[in-house]
Amino acid sequence: MSSTVESLVNKEYKYGFVTDIESDVAPKGLNEDIVRLISMKKQEPAWLLEWRLKALRGWQKMSEPHHWPNITYTPVDYQSISYYSAPRTKTPLGSIDDVDPKLLDAYTKLGIPLREQKLLAGVAVDAIFDSVSVGTTYKAKLAEQGIIFCSFGEAVREHPELVQKYLGSVVPLSDNFFAALNAAVFSDGSFVYVPKGVKCPMDLSTYFRINTAETGQFERTLIIADEGASVSYLEGCTAPKRDENQLHAAVVELVALEGATIKYSTVQNWYAGDEEGRGGIFNFVTKRGKAAANAKISWTQVETGSAITWKYPSVLLQGDNSVGEFYSVAVVNGRQQADTGTKMIHMGKNTRSTIVSKGISAGRGQNSYRGQVKVLPKAEGARNYTQCDSMLIGNRCGAHTFPYIEVQNSSSSTEHEASTSKIGEDQIFYLKQRGLNTENAISIIVNGFCKEVFKELPMEFAVEAQKLLGVSLEGSVG
Amino acid sequence: MLEIKGLRATAGDTEILKGIDLTVRAGEVHAVMGPNGSGKSTLAQVLAGHPAYQVTGGSVLYQGRDLLELEPEERAQAGVFLAFQYPVEIPGVTNAYFLRAAYNEIRKSHGLEEVDSMDFLDILEDKLKLVEWEPEIMSRAVNAGFSGGEKKRNEILQMAVLEPKLAILDETDSGLDIDALRIVASGVNKLRRPDSATIVVTHYQRLLNYIVPDYVHVLSNGRIVKSGGKELALELEARGYEWLEEAVGVAS
Repeated sequence: MSSTVESLVNKEYKYGFVTDIESDVAPKGLNEDIVRLISMKKQEPAWLLEWRLKALRGWQKMSEPHHWPNITYTPVDYQSISYYSAPRTKTPLGSIDDVDPKLLDAYTKLGIPLREQKLLAGVAVDAIFDSVSVGTTYKAKLAEQGIIFCSFGEAVREHPELVQKYLGSVVPLSDNFFAALNAAVFSDGSFVYVPKGVKCPMDLSTYFRINTAETGQFERTLIIADEGASVSYLEGCTAPKRDENQLHAAVVELVALEGATIKYSTVQNWYAGDEEGRGGIFNFVTKRGKAAANAKISWTQVETGSAITWKYPSVLLQGDNSVGEFYSVAVVNGRQQADTGTKMIHMGKNTRSTIVSKGISAGRGQNSYRGQVKVLPKAEGARNYTQCDSMLIGNRCGAHTFPYIEVQNSSSSTEHEASTSKIGEDQIFYLKQRGLNTENAISIIVNGFCKEVFKELPMEFAVEAQKLLGVSLEGSVG
Repeated sequence: MLEIKGLRATAGDTEILKGIDLTVRAGEVHAVMGPNGSGKSTLAQVLAGHPAYQVTGGSVLYQGRDLLELEPEERAQAGVFLAFQYPVEIPGVTNAYFLRAAYNEIRKSHGLEEVDSMDFLDILEDKLKLVEWEPEIMSRAVNAGFSGGEKKRNEILQMAVLEPKLAILDETDSGLDIDALRIVASGVNKLRRPDSATIVVTHYQRLLNYIVPDYVHVLSNGRIVKSGGKELALELEARGYEWLEEAVGVAS
């Protein structure tokens, strides 16, 4: 049994390489001057600088969350981090062809070719390297339908009215410690606007890569689906292996206007640190969507990386008949810790939410599901279904569940189901007796466990997700 | 095909097998009988390589190879199949996917190409008839929510697909009603081949009315205390196990 766990835990991290590229790195530390520097580098308008400074002042009065999440970490020294790092380029980037070949190679190594002729058909990619977007593909084609898909910085320059209207409208700048930090220093990210009634013809994707040492990555993503529009968005993340922890504090805001649909899928594979818990990414992320009447927001996440994961993709169900979904697989092994889940806030009538959470713990990993379902007084006929399953591999790991259910309307209904299972010696032996080795046996069991979540992922991502768990996906036959 | 000599095995600190000698040749069916706790299921598990048991003495030669040196999956790939007394459930994994994965692993170990899902459906068609099942069963999760009888039938279906050289049926009759018993037994009978052998582990003689053994061995307190032909099973049915244990002076 212990060899089983070891083999799972000791799988080499494939994406741990460092790209040798010259970067512009801001001096370490965080103060108003740094915020001004970032804003200046990005040639931002005055209102945005003011917004950042307000966030910084708010953040300075807040403290790092250590008590309520079920994670332990040494406090981050925010003055020893650099808040801006950009690959050095001679001229501003016009198209993918202007991008440094070393950067393109880095993405090719990651399996994300940025040259359009090599792309998987049907997926447009925005690549974020450290603090900046290095290129967005299929832009022109999307523009034909009025869809805006670009880096956040570009959106600030080209579409300031949209950014100003929606920035911070879902995650206020003082929402929490990490969201406030992000608001003060966010460097880049992706921006999407899908006009009224338009169904985005391809999946949009952002690929995040942390490269430079001792930097944090603070990207901000804003997706707006106008009335009746729909879009599917994918996000992937990797980082080099480094001995020190690196901070990733992102904010994602989704705005689904009346009748709109946003599907947001994440495969997160940040470097998790070594077996002793040295290094790895601190993934402290705020993700939230706001759904107007008849709108639908669906979060799907497969979280296998990071030393610590702290994130709760949530949906504010404001409009009547709006729908929120959260499908999650969170895997911890080695010394990884995850405290993740969702919040579904039912405000409108007949709002519905579904939560399916699958936590897998191996090695010495600690996995916590934390979920809040809140039904406000006006949310007549609201319904929630929560299913929360934990799987343990080995006997040195832990699984924890913290569901909070708060109902203020008696016509609503909430259901919560939870289970904990352990991959036992007998289960593995059964599969081995049928000719499968231990690794394949665990893969098959784990994939079966995660099936309900994997089937929510877009095809290419589903393939990526199962590869991450080291497997061939279930269900090709029956 | 199989030569067991002086096999001893423990579970934790308890010695369960205390020196088993058994020789099985190709084409033969051997029944291993005995009261509860005599070690007959342990023998089946040890032959398959269950990690809960430690072999402390003796040897097992299988087709000229040292079976005890092999990992459980290597034994399976070499043609050893155990029909489990308590088949395990695997939620979310379809029967078809699981069985094809196993089938392909075994093929790969013999240097053969994997079969795709379409070709596998063709292979399944005949095998399903053997256990009188409709193809729908293949899209259900492995053993999840199966009745006791369905689980046992599923074991026989797996055996039919994987075509083992040495099949060990561990109390396959327990918990079966008479119809399921008939289906399971006739499946096993149809799978009998001159180049393969079967060990039937059972408490009751009932199964042996359907699967007729060439040899019957009685296990008691970790040793084979009597061997004989199929008539020995009938005698046990009539007289129980106690007379035998007394006759050979087994201290329990």
